[in-house]
Amino acid sequence: MYDFAYHKPSSLADAVKLLAEDPDAKPISGGMTLLPALKHRLNMPTALIDLSGIAELRGIKREGDAIVIGAMVKHFEVATDPQIMAAIPALARMAATIGDTQVRNRGTIGGSLANNDPAADYPAAALALGATLITDRRQIPADDFFVGMFTTAMEPGELLIGVSFPIPEKAGYAKLRNPASRYSMTGVFVAKGPKGVGVGVNGAASCAFRQKEMEAALAANWSPEAVANIRQPANDLNSDIHGSAEYRANLVTVMAKRAVADAG
Amino acid sequence: MNVTTHPSEGIGASVRRREDLRFLSGRGQYTDDLNRPGQLHAWILRSPYAHARIDGIDTAAAAAMPGVQAVYTAADIEAAGLGGIPCGWQVTGKGGQVMAEPMHPVLASGKVRHVGDPVAVVVAETRNQARDAAEAIAVSYTPLPALSTMAAALAPGAPLLHDDAPGNVCFDWEIGDAAATDAAFATAHKVVRFETTNNRLVPNAMEPRAAIGDYDPHSGEHTLYTTSQNPHVIRLLMGAFVLKVPEHRLRVVAPDVGGGFGSKIYHYAEEAIVTWSAAQLKRPVKWTCERSEAFLSDAHGRDHVTTAELALDREGKFLGLRVSTLANMGAYLSTFAPAVPTYLSATLLAGVYTTPAIHGQVKAVFTSTVPVDAYRGAGRPETTYLLERLVDVAAREMGMDRIEIRRKNFIRPDQFPYQTPVALQYDSGDYEATLREALRGADYAGFEARRAEAKARGRLRGIGVSTYLEACGIAPSKLVGQLGARAGLYEVANIRVHPTGSVSVFTGTHSHGQGHETTFAQLVSEQLGVPLSQVEIVHGDTGKIPFGMGTYGSRSLAVGGSAMVKAMDKIIAKGRKIAAHLLEASVEDIEFSNGQFRVAGTDRAKAFAEISMAAYVPHNYPIEEIEPGLEETAFYDPKNFTYPGGCHICEVEIDPETGEVAVVAFTACDDVGRVINPMIVEGQIQGGLAQGIGQALIENTVYDAEGQLLSASFNDYAMPRATQIPSFGVSTSTTLCTHNPLGVKGCGEVGAIGSPPAVINAVVDALRDYGVTHVEMPATPLKIWSIIHAKDGAALPAAAE
Ligand SMILES: Cc1cc2nc3c(=O)[nH]c(=O)nc-3n(C[C@H](O)[C@H](O)[C@H](O)COP(=O)(O)OP(=O)(O)OC[C@H]3O[C@@H](n4cnc5c(N)ncnc54)[C@H](O)[C@@H]3O)c2cc1C
Repeated sequence: MYDFAYHKPSSLADAVKLLAEDPDAKPISGGMTLLPALKHRLNMPTALIDLSGIAELRGIKREGDAIVIGAMVKHFEVATDPQIMAAIPALARMAATIGDTQVRNRGTIGGSLANNDPAADYPAAALALGATLITDRRQIPADDFFVGMFTTAMEPGELLIGVSFPIPEKAGYAKLRNPASRYSMTGVFVAKGPKGVGVGVNGAASCAFRQKEMEAALAANWSPEAVANIRQPANDLNSDIHGSAEYRANLVTVMAKRAVADAG
Repeated sequence: MNVTTHPSEGIGASVRRREDLRFLSGRGQYTDDLNRPGQLHAWILRSPYAHARIDGIDTAAAAAMPGVQAVYTAADIEAAGLGGIPCGWQVTGKGGQVMAEPMHPVLASGKVRHVGDPVAVVVAETRNQARDAAEAIAVSYTPLPALSTMAAALAPGAPLLHDDAPGNVCFDWEIGDAAATDAAFATAHKVVRFETTNNRLVPNAMEPRAAIGDYDPHSGEHTLYTTSQNPHVIRLLMGAFVLKVPEHRLRVVAPDVGGGFGSKIYHYAEEAIVTWSAAQLKRPVKWTCERSEAFLSDAHGRDHVTTAELALDREGKFLGLRVSTLANMGAYLSTFAPAVPTYLSATLLAGVYTTPAIHGQVKAVFTSTVPVDAYRGAGRPETTYLLERLVDVAAREMGMDRIEIRRKNFIRPDQFPYQTPVALQYDSGDYEATLREALRGADYAGFEARRAEAKARGRLRGIGVSTYLEACGIAPSKLVGQLGARAGLYEVANIRVHPTGSVSVFTGTHSHGQGHETTFAQLVSEQLGVPLSQVEIVHGDTGKIPFGMGTYGSRSLAVGGSAMVKAMDKIIAKGRKIAAHLLEASVEDIEFSNGQFRVAGTDRAKAFAEISMAAYVPHNYPIEEIEPGLEETAFYDPKNFTYPGGCHICEVEIDPETGEVAVVAFTACDDVGRVINPMIVEGQIQGGLAQGIGQALIENTVYDAEGQLLSASFNDYAMPRATQIPSFGVSTSTTLCTHNPLGVKGCGEVGAIGSPPAVINAVVDALRDYGVTHVEMPATPLKIWSIIHAKDGAALPAAAE
């Protein structure tokens, strides 16, 4: 890696200030994505702002009809937290499938959402559940947050501090892993909740997206059969050595069926 | 062999691996763990192009960067008079045509020939400084057309990668009797044709390569610490051919090594770079490979494209076999590369079958890719895969049962020694026995019920069998010399009995995961009758060990262990003379067993430790007749290859909606000769099976048309994971090797050799209702789904293969 300065602020205000003062500084949470990029010299930040000392970014709470998860909460905590397991068990199950034990004990939900990797798991859940992303300066609905490949609606220097998931009536998740990276080749998260039915798809395209045709079908008839014949157009889907666009289009349907079955 | 006094420690005991405490508690000492005083760090600038002319290299800016001690390019290497990286095997092709052997420079000279080809090296105080400076080197390239595939390299008018390799061909070689094979085909009832590509693999040892060069200006001695499977071979190749340093001035140490699978046999440019630059700068120089660099610089494996034809009579007896292979050498010849598709592959074309007439041809091709060389199994997995798929295809075309056609053609136990039409003479084996045991272990008879049960769950279940043999324990020196090897392939053991009777064993083989420190100690404990705790195994240092050819081709026990037996025979012979003197008996009357030298038929005896003490404190000693001390060395040259074999049975389930293939059961019964440590043998077989399943289902090396490696990291190169590996049913069934003193054959590679065709035969069986006759490796979800989807009738642009 290239040399950089290192700061470990103990308050959110200090972290935001450090980021505001230096446009080339970067926050680091679990480091599971950022550190490999630094080691490969793909990234050259002047400073890393380590978020692990900030208490405001931790914790999982139930607030009314929502579960609010701090940005620094690790995948392992999401997977094993009793409140999440009771309120949104599909989210806990999803977290348990991210990467491997080491990754789940370092990687954070905030880092994953802020990074918006097309093959990451959480963005599909955030879209399907109608989550709200909470930053140091505003609240952003999931529909507006995930803008494109590795791109979100956050401005430079803006910090994600947490995410609020409305508690659904039921939700389910299914994915097929990429044989090499074991990230999602295509995954579908389905939820039936206060705001209606949500179907979030990851891995298939350059950015996670909602499958509206499936949402309408499931709103009318919540069953695997309802989505079994809905075909995702392949035009805008990813194609690489592991999966063609046609293959991923097929997986959207197959995983949607399985996610509904998973939700029960 | 003597009967052991320590039945829980000798031959046949599952002694726990003595080396594991150090490995599992993080106390192993790998090359990168070593740091020499005053050490500098090297970073290697590698080519971003597959094929390009180097028009100029400007190192001025880099040389001025902080901490930089030196920047070297080909010009410096050439000015110093260093040689190229040598190849250890010269294949002579049709008509006596010797292979093309283009120069393999230490640093690319004039041209780069694959992405990752080393172009310049920076040596600096820290690794980061060296890397920073490497980014400041300006190389001007003129890109030339890439030769990413053998087809591109062989196309008429293709540009030449090396001026002295016309047509980009290294050699065009044949084996067997073409006329006899043609005659056999002329009488055939049926001819079955099969084409396949054996997918290219990246070895991916857990420990990446590393090297430290050190130089003592007072003594003039060079030391290289390196991640090697064979330090003496590196000393020979690098010392004699590249650096021109004599053996007594060059010590090569291979400390703990974290896996090799073949990729750490070869002499690599980085070893020469650190050794040479350490002497230039009079300071130690370290280089440690990054994982991404390993993908671009460790020799790859496999990559054969083959067409085969099998002639059968009406009953399904094989009459003749014709095989033609294109073998990818990559950009330069790696140490053993020419031997892999020829003498380690085509010589196995008889397999376990009595096919009377065989003709094999191999054309080796240069491409603008990483050099290809031996990888776990080295040539034998390629031939085994070809044969065992071909036999399944033949069974289907003949309307015969897959087991029956194999049985009909097996070499029977009473036919040994069996001379094949492709040079080898098998000494022993019982293919029916391993088949029978595997069929029983796999409950083959009950399979259809499992298929039906899976179908009810929406899964396609299939079963596949492979009955294979391989050749290891390489090899008789005279024979391999005739075949083009530039070295002998004997092994060396030095046994030093200390005064109190403890034993140090110095072996020329090298352990990098195989458990030699345990297995060899068991062997010595058994033969000398000393407790295991009194035996130490020393390997991996040319400063300690007389000589050796190292570990590969499952040779360490068959060849290295045999050398130990010979050295111990000498120890015992000398001990008997000493005992005869002490016991006032004649030498002929002294027997040795259970660690006791005894006057036959009496209770008068001397313990092993009493004899060793007498040898080192020779007060009462036949000093006029024999020398003091108790230390012996033996060189053992094998009489033949050894021929492990067996049967692997795989069961898979396919999810037709996603194309995912799950290996749900795997049974292996292997004949590896005498088993010294059953637990270690099982571990070796399981590891090999995991690699075989990886090759069959997910591993693949993909280059694009520009010669860029697409599968250049674990993000895109799929390695098998624990969750994809079933709980194996592994057993052994033994026939002894007839020509080495231990009766051992070798177990390091059988898992990786026998398993890929068993997996693919199972996949094809699972897809039988779709009319599928073949699936190329790897059988990825995308590929399987595409096959099913195409057969379902929907139009699909992505082809099945
Ligand atoms: C081997 C491996 C396997 C993996 N498998 C999966 C998988 O199967 N599924 C999956 O979803 N993910 C997977 N991941 C990614 C993992 O989940 C990471 O945890 C995640 O992508 C990033 O989280 P992090 O906390 O490590 O973030 P970091 O790496 O620290 O940061 C990632 C990016 O987000 C920015 N950032 C971090 N926190 C904030 C914040 N609070 N506000 C604003 N910006 C911020 C950083 O500046 C950086 O650009 C895997 C990673 C590895 C190494």
